[in-house]
Amino acid sequence: MYSEKVMEHFRNPRNMGEIPDADGIGTVGNPVCGDMMTIYIKVKDNRLIDIKFKTFGCGAAIATSSMITELAKGKTLEEAMKINRGDVADALDGLPTVKMHCSNLAADGLRVAIEDYYRKQKADKEMKK
Amino acid sequence: MSKAKRIYMDHTAGRPVDPRVIEAMLPYMKSLYGNPSSVHSFGQEARQAMEEARTKVAELINAESKESIIFTSGATESNNMAIKGVAHRNRDRGTHIITSSIEHMSVLNPCKFLMKRGFKVTFLPVDQYGFVDLKRLEEELNNETILVSITYANGEIGTVQPIKEISQIVHSKNAYLHVDATAANGQVSIDVKNEGIDLLTISSNDMYGPKGAGGLYIKKGTRIEPIIHGGGQERGLRSGTENLPSIVGLGKAAEIAKKEMPIERKRLKKLRDKLIKGLLDPIPYSFLNGHLTKRLPNNVAVRYSFIEGESILLSLDMMGVAASSGSACTAKTLEPSHVLRAIGLKHEEAHGSLLFTLGKQNTEEEVDYVISIMPDIVKRLRAMSPLTPKELKE
Repeated sequence: MYSEKVMEHFRNPRNMGEIPDADGIGTVGNPVCGDMMTIYIKVKDNRLIDIKFKTFGCGAAIATSSMITELAKGKTLEEAMKINRGDVADALDGLPTVKMHCSNLAADGLRVAIEDYYRKQKADKEMKK
Repeated sequence: MSKAKRIYMDHTAGRPVDPRVIEAMLPYMKSLYGNPSSVHSFGQEARQAMEEARTKVAELINAESKESIIFTSGATESNNMAIKGVAHRNRDRGTHIITSSIEHMSVLNPCKFLMKRGFKVTFLPVDQYGFVDLKRLEEELNNETILVSITYANGEIGTVQPIKEISQIVHSKNAYLHVDATAANGQVSIDVKNEGIDLLTISSNDMYGPKGAGGLYIKKGTRIEPIIHGGGQERGLRSGTENLPSIVGLGKAAEIAKKEMPIERKRLKKLRDKLIKGLLDPIPYSFLNGHLTKRLPNNVAVRYSFIEGESILLSLDMMGVAASSGSACTAKTLEPSHVLRAIGLKHEEAHGSLLFTLGKQNTEEEVDYVISIMPDIVKRLRAMSPLTPKELKE
């Protein structure tokens, strides 16, 4: 059902955990649907210097979360925003069709985390004014 | 126990065929290949084997005669035949059918099909354990009701229904009672006469017979019509050349089940109760699905909060243990099982559910192994989950 790569990421998820002083946090999905994830990012000089995840969900949800952290780490925010669901699935050597929609949320989670970062930056600037 | 040894605890999804059953079947694929409908000696040998199998199935459920057993291609066909066959034949008497909200898809979907053909169907609610609401059954029964279809025991949560009580209520209104015994046959003793059952679905693989065979008990005098038309086999109720090797296998499986059930049931119950206790006691926020005692001897259905069932299954599989997240049939849709929703579980609770179904070859050593690996699996997944409360974090 799952590719060896998906199973490998499920067995040994990369960058699992929280960043207590994260610059941006993105939560997508819903426990009601069976998949929910939170992405934490740390940004320096417009680059993702750290990224971590927490996920409730199936094997695909956990593997895609792990994969997005690998794909995004070190990238500029603009580059990271461009990573989409298809990129994540491809990097995992594909996902079962039924999992493409509900469980492949990681790219969305990252985008929400970056948007959160931008929002906080804007708020900070306005505070300083 | 080494990882190389695999442990199978998904017997509701599929069972091995008993070697004695395979032995009994082999001649009917090699040398005894006649058609039971033929006049010559080849045909008559086949006919005799088929009728012996029919007798054994009838004896398993204490049917009044072997003639009340019709062979089918399996439980799905038997359920379809019971529901659609009775509905169409009795349309002149009424168009109302009652079933429960925790039936198998092969009961629910024929009922939904009939709704599109003008029948009215009531789906009875169940309580937190999965017991059918008998008071509602009494209230919903009316002069238009021709059929009530209730499962003997639910394969997903193990709950065994009070069939005798249900039968008394149903018969007080002159409706027929169909009972889907797919998950129950071979595990608990069923007595169609004593329990007052008009139609009973029998599955072969669920008692270690071959897949692709099943039966439908039809009490003498029950008005029913076929859903498969053709050469008129099985007293005209199920046309098509009989699947003799599998029918012989089903007969042998029924014979073995009748003989060995009392001892095996006791053994399984002991393993079941040990597994339930071992999976729940050491792990906080863990729960049993279904009833503690009124459940199938082989059924262990549990759930863990804050984590999702499939990721538990994959983790178990990595350790060589095969279990199920519920019904193998609903795994395709990703929707939480309708059974778990019907007993009142929230979506997220249903998603964390896990089903172990034990069988003949499972040992106490295997049960101990599963118990020993579960706490770490749950702990690892909870460490990953954003839903896990702080108190559970180290």
